[in-house]
Amino acid sequence: MITVLAVHFAVAAVAPFVFRKFGRNSFYALAAVPAGSFVWLLFQHAAVYGAGAPVAIGSPAETGAPVETVPWIPGLGLEFAFRMDALAWVMSLLVLGVGALVLVYCARYFKDKDSYLGGFGAQLLAFAGAMFGLVTADDLLMMFIFWELTTVLSYLLIGYARTRLAARRSALQALMVTTAGGLAMLVGLIMLGASAGTYRISAILEQAPGLVSGPAAGAVAAAVVLILVGAVTKSALVPFHFWLPGAMAAPTPVSAYLHAAAMVKAGVYIVARLAPGFTDTAYWLPMVLGLGLATMLVGGYRALRQTDIKLILAYGTVSQLGFITMVVGLGKPDAALAGLAMLLAHGLFKATLFLVVGIIDHQSGTRDIRKLSGVFRSSRALGIVAGIGAASMAGIPLLGGFVAKESVLEAFLHFASAPGYGPWGAVILAGVVLGSVLTFAYSARFMWGAFAVKPGVERTPFKAIRPSFLAAPAALSVLTIVYGLWPAPVDAWIQPYAALFIEGTQLTEGTSDAGSTAGAAGHLALWHGLTPALGLTAITFAAGAAMFYGRRLVDRIQSAIPPWFDADRGYQLTIGALDDVAVWITGRTQRGSLYFYLAVILSVAFVLPMAALIAANKPLPEGLYFVDPNSPLQLVAGAGIVIGALAAVRANKRFLAVLMVSVTGYGIALMFALQGAPDLALTQMLVETIILVAFVLAMRSLPAELRDRTGGKYRVVRVIIGLAFGATMVFAAIHAMGARIATPVSLEFPQLAYEGGGGLNIVNVTLVDIRAWDTFGEISVLALAATGVASLIFVRGRGDRLRTASAVAEGTVGRRHGVDKSSRDGAALALTRKFAAAARDPWLVAGRTLAPERRSIIFEVVTRLVFHSMIIFSLYLLLAGHNLPGGGFAGGLMAGLALTLRYLAGGRFELHEATPISAGTLLGIGLATAALSGAAPVLLGGQVFQSAIIEFWLPVFGDIKFVTSTIFDTGVYIVVVGLVLDVLRSLGAEIDEHFEERPLQLDGQDGAAQEGAAGIQDEASEEVPGGVPAESTRGGTA
Amino acid sequence: MTVNLTLLTVMGALYACGIYLILERSLTRVLLGLMLLANATNLLILATGGYAGLAPFFSKDTDPGSYNDPLPQALILTSIVISFAVTAFMLGIIYRTWLLARQDDIQDDIEDRRVAETPSFDAEDDAVIPVETSEFPLPMLGSDGSAAAESTATVEAGGRTLLAEHAALEEKPGSANFTTDTDTDTDTEGGAK
Repeated sequence: MITVLAVHFAVAAVAPFVFRKFGRNSFYALAAVPAGSFVWLLFQHAAVYGAGAPVAIGSPAETGAPVETVPWIPGLGLEFAFRMDALAWVMSLLVLGVGALVLVYCARYFKDKDSYLGGFGAQLLAFAGAMFGLVTADDLLMMFIFWELTTVLSYLLIGYARTRLAARRSALQALMVTTAGGLAMLVGLIMLGASAGTYRISAILEQAPGLVSGPAAGAVAAAVVLILVGAVTKSALVPFHFWLPGAMAAPTPVSAYLHAAAMVKAGVYIVARLAPGFTDTAYWLPMVLGLGLATMLVGGYRALRQTDIKLILAYGTVSQLGFITMVVGLGKPDAALAGLAMLLAHGLFKATLFLVVGIIDHQSGTRDIRKLSGVFRSSRALGIVAGIGAASMAGIPLLGGFVAKESVLEAFLHFASAPGYGPWGAVILAGVVLGSVLTFAYSARFMWGAFAVKPGVERTPFKAIRPSFLAAPAALSVLTIVYGLWPAPVDAWIQPYAALFIEGTQLTEGTSDAGSTAGAAGHLALWHGLTPALGLTAITFAAGAAMFYGRRLVDRIQSAIPPWFDADRGYQLTIGALDDVAVWITGRTQRGSLYFYLAVILSVAFVLPMAALIAANKPLPEGLYFVDPNSPLQLVAGAGIVIGALAAVRANKRFLAVLMVSVTGYGIALMFALQGAPDLALTQMLVETIILVAFVLAMRSLPAELRDRTGGKYRVVRVIIGLAFGATMVFAAIHAMGARIATPVSLEFPQLAYEGGGGLNIVNVTLVDIRAWDTFGEISVLALAATGVASLIFVRGRGDRLRTASAVAEGTVGRRHGVDKSSRDGAALALTRKFAAAARDPWLVAGRTLAPERRSIIFEVVTRLVFHSMIIFSLYLLLAGHNLPGGGFAGGLMAGLALTLRYLAGGRFELHEATPISAGTLLGIGLATAALSGAAPVLLGGQVFQSAIIEFWLPVFGDIKFVTSTIFDTGVYIVVVGLVLDVLRSLGAEIDEHFEERPLQLDGQDGAAQEGAAGIQDEASEEVPGGVPAESTRGGTA
Repeated sequence: MTVNLTLLTVMGALYACGIYLILERSLTRVLLGLMLLANATNLLILATGGYAGLAPFFSKDTDPGSYNDPLPQALILTSIVISFAVTAFMLGIIYRTWLLARQDDIQDDIEDRRVAETPSFDAEDDAVIPVETSEFPLPMLGSDGSAAAESTATVEAGGRTLLAEHAALEEKPGSANFTTDTDTDTDTEGGAK
């Protein structure tokens, strides 16, 4: 069985390639797969039904049914379990046989030039495989997987004509309805499996009696109802019947296969599969019989109203599905026999009829009975094939439909006469007879509508049919006749299934000898004698014929009755309402305002913990103190921080606000120092300084004032949220710290640091050794952020395109433009430019590139003096950090600060001269160094980030104790330098350039001027009255 | 375990100010708020270390408990530098917003508002489409002229009239049929055909 499945899916996977090469004839190749499987199935007959007379000891459920299992997820008890018993075998016959014929038919139905044919063929074949898997699966979840597979494939198949709105819409509708049912079913299956303790279907059915009456009876009943919901949606029973007529937008072969023979039978199959065990649950009979009967009547009634022959068949199918579900779900041996017989007969005749409709549509271009006329005269063969199908549908003797329907009526007669059901038995019987009358009437209407010559309608043009096109429906109609004339084999196939229903015999009787089974179930036969069932059939024929002849009257009556409820409209309203609700909720929650989202998030963030704290109602922990005895100055620092923060909130100038936040930051640094954390204090000071510079650099182009634009009631809300959040954090922290009982792990750190890490600075050793992984992650984040900054500002490339300072004209960088010469500013500017003419010692490498008005002699001199000391100091911090305050972070920041100084004093070319290596390269080198220092120990036989202590002697320095984690720290150092450099280059140098480009474009007379010589020319000529010769400023041009 | 209320009070104040600032529309203020939040969180971590103590430099004679706890310090050190990187990144964003849009404000997302006003009509679901009675519409010879017979049929959809073909072809639900401009476009186009 698994092989059959695998072949189906494998061939489906390669099918598109076959189609590309061989066109529509590839369908024949695809048809070979289910056809071959069908032959294999016939050979399985002996194995399934036991060789000769079954004499095996044990329950009938175990008599020789072939089983295949392959474990899949043992932890979940999920396995590929397949079992071929009588029911599965009969269903497989239908699935594979009709599947093969439909594929054969497709080869003539479609044209080579039809698009997506390959995918279509693959889906159809895969569908046959999934359907086969569904009926043979012996595991509830496995079955569900195949169930959903058929749903998805049916969606794709119905939506084959993807450019047509009708096809897409009905495909989606079918998907929604069946998936909704499928979800309900999944819940039911899990409930059932959990109650039974196994998902193996055969095992569950064996213990069904115990389950139904056992302690979990309620759960089992609910589970069965949920599973039936799935079956009802799949088999298009009322109130979900509307999707099936809608799905007629599918290509007709798909309708023939999915909507007549295979997929819609899946629901019936579930009912049939569970019926032997669960008919006695509370809601089974009302649900199955009630919905089944309603469906049968609604479908038949609506079928009489249709003018599209395909829709007549569709509603007829709905009606028949209700009918079959009723019989199969009745739970009696004779009903089981009759139900499966009807299922087979229906599959044969309905597939025939759909294929015939496809041929009519294909050859004449319409399916409308008001346009079709005289088709029988055009093609008698087609008419005969269709006639056999329709006659079988109506239940006319000598055909399969008659045989099946007789036994169904027989079963309902028994049911009606059986005690215990009161008048319901008779009601059901009457309903079934009425439904059969309708069936006869719409069968006649179908034949008349499709083939008759209608007065007043011109004869439909009809192209001749190729025999190969008609082959598939013809074969099916032949089978219908054979079935009718010689029902014995079918009878034998179904008897073992019917035997499951013989009460009290399930567990004990092994020899299901023909006598006892037949006694309960009866036999399928063409002629039972003059039975009451035959009488009912006669009544049916008479009434049905009368309805057909009085069709005008029937039509008028139907038109007079308003359609009191249209399920399709109901579906649309439901979906529309869902859409509206979704839009409404989205509109209320997704307002597009960040403020709103944040307010909601933050409110939740304080309401929940606060509520928990209040609910817990714990007293404040002991050990609260306000003034730390070791460091009372914290109060002062704290006051400073709070004042800074409040001032930052109130500040209405941008840089004032930034400065106030910096005050807070420096205050925190002081706090660190007071708490006993010199490393933190050092790092915080450096970071605060660099941030301040970065802020100023980035924000110099933004307006100075900083208005509070969210005013009024929002401000009150913000104050409340802020205060509540702060208070919550305080109390949460108090309680969290008060709840600590364990000894801090860090008490071990001093010892670890000294002996394992070889360093005295515990914090630094923690960073580079004890928690090296953490630090490695952090420097990766730093590299990312640096790259992010660069990409935000540079956009095009990472600023490695700066010219060297020697290529830049003197005094060209950062010139002020557009200053009114007569103003005070203008006079000052002219003065500075005059002085710039004087030759000056180059304190900085690129100092001369800066415009004279930008230069500061003091700054340049100080930078010159301090820079090298700062770099040396940063190296000292790096190397000494293992034992003294410092480390890679502090050192890197110090070096970054030195670079900042160079940049501020000498402009962007100075920065470039100071760092010949680009920021990106630095970041890469740093990360690589750190990574190598982590990986190298592995190569030497240690662990990742293991450090070693190497002691050696150097002249001058004396004994050196070198710890290898310093290499890691060096990596950190380089990354931090890279980060600062990236910030300077992006927020500093690149923005400088933006500035210099922009005024040129804004100024009228400089509009055309480019950077460099042309710009200088303009500037120079402008300054001639000031007495500066143009040549002197151009002297620096290299 | 002991709890330093000074640190926690300062922390609470910083949190309150930070939250107040990030609920502001100005991007600069939001960034300043985030910095205050970072500082507050550093204080929170610092407070978990308990009493102020000796700077954590190992000496053999010192009891491990008399150092200020080194573990929170290591965590804070990491946090300080990461905050710096994040701040730099945010500065880049602010500058770029200013450069491109000349504003320092957080704008509301117009698209979200538009979604909230989406009409429930959706051509894919709700357009009335003509009944099709064949997969092979006439004339059969050229199967490309599929809907030729139906081209004059119009449908009422969401208070406007458009050709059935167009209703069927309308692929983009929300955006295509939202404004009336596109409606008239579609209609005149259809008329021209």
